[in-house]
Formats: sequence, structure tokens, C-alpha cells
Amino acid sequence: MTLKTMNMPQLGESVTEGTVSQWLVSVGDEVDLYQPLVDVMTDKVNAEVPSSFKGIIKECLVTEGETVAVGTPLCHIEVEEVESPKSEATEAKATEQKPSVAQENQSMKKRYSPKVLSLASEHGVDLNAITGTGINGRITRKDVEVFVEKQTSQTTNEKQTDIYLSQPTQTPATQDNFTNNKQSPRPEFKGDREIPVTGIRKSIAENMVRATSEIPHAWMMIEVDVTNLVNYRNAEKAKFKEQEGYNLSYFSFFLNAVAKALKKFPELNSSWQGDTIVQHKDINLSIAVGNETELYVPVIKNVDEKSIKGIAKDVHVLAHKAKHGQLTKEDMTGGTFTVNNTGTFGSVQSMGVINYPQAAILQVESIVKRPVIINDMFAARDMVNLCLSLDHRVLDGVICGRFMSHVKEILENISGDTTPIY
Amino acid sequence: MTVMSYIEAINRAMKEEMRRDDDVFLLGEDVGKRGGVFRASEGLYEEFGEARVIDTPLAESAIVGVGIGASMYGMKPIAEIQFVDFILPAVNQIISEAAKMRYRSNNDWSCPITIRAPYGGGVHGALYHSQSLEALFASQPGLKIVMPSSPKDALGLLKAAIRDPDPVLYFEHKKAYRLLKEDIPDEEVLIEIGKANTVREGDDLTVITYGLCVEFSKKAAEKLATQGYEVELVDLRTVYPLDEQAIIEAAKKTGKVLLITEDNKEGSIISEVSAIIAEHCLFDLDAPIFRLAAPNVPAMPYAPPLEKAFMVSEDKVYEKMLEVAQY
Repeated sequence: MTLKTMNMPQLGESVTEGTVSQWLVSVGDEVDLYQPLVDVMTDKVNAEVPSSFKGIIKECLVTEGETVAVGTPLCHIEVEEVESPKSEATEAKATEQKPSVAQENQSMKKRYSPKVLSLASEHGVDLNAITGTGINGRITRKDVEVFVEKQTSQTTNEKQTDIYLSQPTQTPATQDNFTNNKQSPRPEFKGDREIPVTGIRKSIAENMVRATSEIPHAWMMIEVDVTNLVNYRNAEKAKFKEQEGYNLSYFSFFLNAVAKALKKFPELNSSWQGDTIVQHKDINLSIAVGNETELYVPVIKNVDEKSIKGIAKDVHVLAHKAKHGQLTKEDMTGGTFTVNNTGTFGSVQSMGVINYPQAAILQVESIVKRPVIINDMFAARDMVNLCLSLDHRVLDGVICGRFMSHVKEILENISGDTTPIY
Repeated sequence: MTVMSYIEAINRAMKEEMRRDDDVFLLGEDVGKRGGVFRASEGLYEEFGEARVIDTPLAESAIVGVGIGASMYGMKPIAEIQFVDFILPAVNQIISEAAKMRYRSNNDWSCPITIRAPYGGGVHGALYHSQSLEALFASQPGLKIVMPSSPKDALGLLKAAIRDPDPVLYFEHKKAYRLLKEDIPDEEVLIEIGKANTVREGDDLTVITYGLCVEFSKKAAEKLATQGYEVELVDLRTVYPLDEQAIIEAAKKTGKVLLITEDNKEGSIISEVSAIIAEHCLFDLDAPIFRLAAPNVPAMPYAPPLEKAFMVSEDKVYEKMLEVAQY
């Protein structure tokens, strides 16, 4: 039993698509070879498409009235008999044509083209170190170029650290103009370091340009009295650390508060999709985690369903992964709103760039002890600023103001009763 | 901008040039009252009259010969050969007279004639209505041969051919006549003869071709891009003399070259392109030079399956491109 597919045939010279006007068979029908299956209408002709197989119709993939391109699968037919040698041959040929890196046959591995040899000698490359992606293991021009590029970026990195450690006495060898001969003009000083823009840095750059050039940003900031939170957390943190092995961070409480507020104001938990605004049901918070050189934005999923402990654990795991470069694509996708812990650097105010295509980002600033007037008396309180950047296409000031004051309310009323850790 | 077919663009080119310059006139079989067997000269007889749109006897040698004589007296004739397959009786006029006029008269005389002829297959035209004969003329210094691949090129190259001070053969693909349509600016379009055109940029392989094969290659290249291979596609536009510099640059860019023609493979235009690359690009080549062309059989067959087997097609181009990309 094998499943065969009938495709939309080319009905005439310049015909590129056809409309299924009527199915002449239905799922479960037994069909004979050449039995008409379906009526197809094109610009030029109306025709019946005959079956190429004898068997049972398993599935019709195109509905009546639908227009599809030539070659689009129309239906699946289950065929009784074993495959005819002819179709085997074609299939074998098809697999043969597929590009495969791990080809058995390596007979071309040592057949070097003039371009490959000249590139190799120009860059001093040992061709034995390269895996060929060409036919039968042949090393192609591109293979060498990719290899050289990788090597250059590696060596530049090494050289840079060397220079950094031992005062620069000589300029780095940058004769390899190979990768960067299209530079914009810049002043040159002895000892300048050249850092290739690749990988993460490049995608950060692209995302930032996109976010700042496309999204009309607006900003607001509120001040929150988190004295209760500070007291509560200070009382619990030692025990928590002992029990769980990681820190009970303030950040987890902020994430918890934001998730609660987003539940109440789903308008902020949405994204701009061109002609629609999509309001997300799940509350997945992106958090910004940086190491020395790079910025990652992993996602904590369904924050509204998690306890403070659960959030603290996720933050801990993701931060650890980011530090060791172990974040997967899975970890970084699906965010619906971003919370950025800028306070860790001592920042008290900042204007975040929205994590495209989300609608807003909240910056949690440093908690600072400040004199505050309560009931006409000075009091020393723990104060924090929360800064929100919003996509003004999606959101307006009123809704964001309400959201912010709700976050404020939650945070100011935090205690063991309102916000249990477990 | 106006959407125009390839043949409408040819018609527009002749109209514009005849309006611009009273010395331009058209002669050929059925070009007058009937407006050409393909309707390329539709409306010209009505607008410019029988003195400038001349129906000739079935005598190609005379069509070209009269044109050469007139051009030596300062006229700018467009001589239409109904099918390029019929040009052979005029070859003596073209090669012995037109091509050599400036040279043998030590620059005293010139021959600004344009000879238009439909070529190419895929229209069930069989032996005498499907051939590609450009290679026959491509070893005659003194001649120029242009072969447009799109409506816009058809317009710009024909106008440039008519204005050229020397003989130009203008071969138009008859299948392209109504197959190809595109937006063309309403302003004057002139395309320099002798320069190739980079249709598409890519860095995995270079495809050099001309005529209708450019269209096949464009589509095949889009398809190949989905496989992760990017094609640098060069349209020669002028197949004689060749734009050596453009050919060399394009070949060096990727080191993998696929040359395509609808003509028989041996001794074709792309054979010369291949020689240029071999001469100049040895150390930049990453693969043998590949050629895709019609088989070496006398002419396009009539039977549809055989015609299909003979003709270069989008599918054949795609398969060959993939082979070269994976080499």
C-alpha cells in the first residue's frame, strides 16, 4: 500500500493555474487508471483530469472553486500494488539529485578548481581542513570563502584580546581586507579594535533599527513606594536562598505585578500586525538579559499562572543560560510584553526601545531610599521609578496611565497576604 | 508607463523612429497593407504611406540589397525578413556588402541598415519557421547583432539599431511577441548596443544567455532561490560583438558559469562566450563551463514532444542551474 499524489496538470502551453470546478469522485471511492477525477477550468480549456493510478481516494486537497498553481497536489490515492520499477527509478533519481552534505562518495574531494587553489594559497588555507559541500565532496569556492571568513573573525578576536592584555606595540594585522573592503569612512588611530558585526550583534542592530524607525514611541514614568515589598523580601530572602538555592529577586515581584496588571489591561499585551492589532491571551514576558557583549531577550511563559517562586526560578534559569550561551530559539520566542530590569545598573530613569512587534516595554529602575512626605511628615521610603515605552499606534495615554497606576497599586500593597511566595 | 507586449514595443519603436526621421523607411514582404504577418508593422502603412512602408516581392536578396543601396545614399532602411529562416538568399548582400562597406571604402561609405527578422521556436513552426541563425553572422566584423529579451529591450534596442550608423541585425523571438508583456515608460527608451545587462544578482552561479532564454532563466532563478542558491543572470542583449568585459566580470564573480542558447550547441554564440571566459578567467573558475543548448540536429522538429525535447525550457534551465549550483 503506498500513497500517491495527483498534481494539477499543465493544461496547455501558457497555462499556469487551474480552478477545480467539480470533484467527480469522493474520498473512499475506488478509481481506475485514467478514470476522470476532477473537472478543471483554466483560461484556455475546461478539462477532466484522469487518474494516473488505480486505487482508493484517500484525501482531496483542493476544494471546489479553488484556484491553484500547476503542480499543486490535488488528491492522495492509496495504491494497491507494489511500486512499479519505473516509479522506483524516478524516485531513486530524485533522491540522487538532492543535495546532501554527508555524501558517501568523496571522489571529488581532492579535485580542486583553479579558484579554490588560488583562494587557498592567497589565504594560506589547508584544504584538508575543509569539508566540501559540492558534488561528491568537492570543495567549492564558497566553502573556502566561508572557511576563511570564519578563521579571520576568530583570529581577529584572538589578536584583539592579545593587544588588550599586552599594551599595543604593533597594529593588528588587518591586511585581510577580504571581508570588509566596503567600509564607511572613519578616522583611524593606532590600536583601534575592529569588531566584526556578526550573529547576535547584527540581529540586535537590525531589530533596534526596525523598532525605532517603525514604532512611534511614547513614554511615561511613575514613582512607586515599594517599602512594603522591600521589607517583605528582606524578611524572606535568606530562608528562600537556603531552601531553593537561588536568589529571591525583586524582579520576580515586579514581573508578577506586571502580569496581574496585564490580565486586567489586555490592551497592553498585544502586538502590531500591520492591518490588525492582535491581543494575546497568554501573558509571556520577555526579559532582557545581558552578558558582557550581547543582549538576549528570553521569555517567561504564562507568568500569570506562576507563583513568585516559579518566576524567580525561571529568571534564574534563563539568566544562567544566557550567561553560558545556551539559550535556545524556543527560550526566546513567544514574548508578548517586555520587562527590563534596568535598575541593576543603578539607573533611575530610562527610555526603553520596544521589543518589536510588542506594544510596550516596562523598565524597572533602581530602588532608592528617599525622603517622602506622608501625612505632612517626612518619611524615609524605598522608592522606585517604572518607565513605560508604548507603541502609540496600538496604545494611548489613558489606558497606559491606568495600567501603570494598577501596577503601582499592586506593588504598594505587597505583603505576605496579597503575594505569597509559594 | 504603459503595459506593452514585445511586438507592440517593436511597432512603437518603428513608429517613433519614422516620425522622428523622414529618412527611416520599412521594406519587406507583406509589411504594408497587411501590417506584417505577425502584425509588427500594423498601422505604419496608414500613417506613413506606401512610399515609406514598401511591400516587396518574395526576394530576400532584393529586400536587403535595395536597403543597402538606399542606405548608402543616406536613407535609414528597416528591412524585414519574414522569418530568419528565409534570410539565407540575402546572406551575400549582408556579409559581402553591408558588413564590409565602411572597411573597403576606407570610411567613405557606410551602411546604416537595420535588418529585422523573427527567429526561434516553441510555436510549432517546424523546420523553416523556428531556427536561430545568429551564429551564422556572428563571425563577420562590421555587423552587429542584437537580440532583445523583453518588451522594453525590444523598444530600446530597435530604436538604437535604427540610429546606428552601421548595419545591425535585429532578431526578435516570435514566441516572445505576445508572451512577454511589461510596463514601459512613455518617454523615449534607448538602449546602448554592445552592452550586456545584469538582470539579476547572485553569488552562487552565473548564467549568461540572451533572447527568450533570459525569460526562462529569470523564472528558473527565482525557483532556485528557494533552494538557497542565488543566480547572477546576464542578458547579452548584443550577441555580436560581445561585451567581453561584462562576461569576464560576471564569470569571475561566482566562478561557476552556465551558458544558455536556444540555438544548436556547436559553434553557437555561447561557444564564443565560453572561449572568452576560458581565455580570461582560468584562475577564477570553480567549475567547468557548462552549456545548455539545443541538440546538434539540423532543425526544430514539428512533432510536439520532439519540439519540447529540442527547445530549452524553464524546467531544463532549472535542472541545469541546480546541477551547476551543486557542483
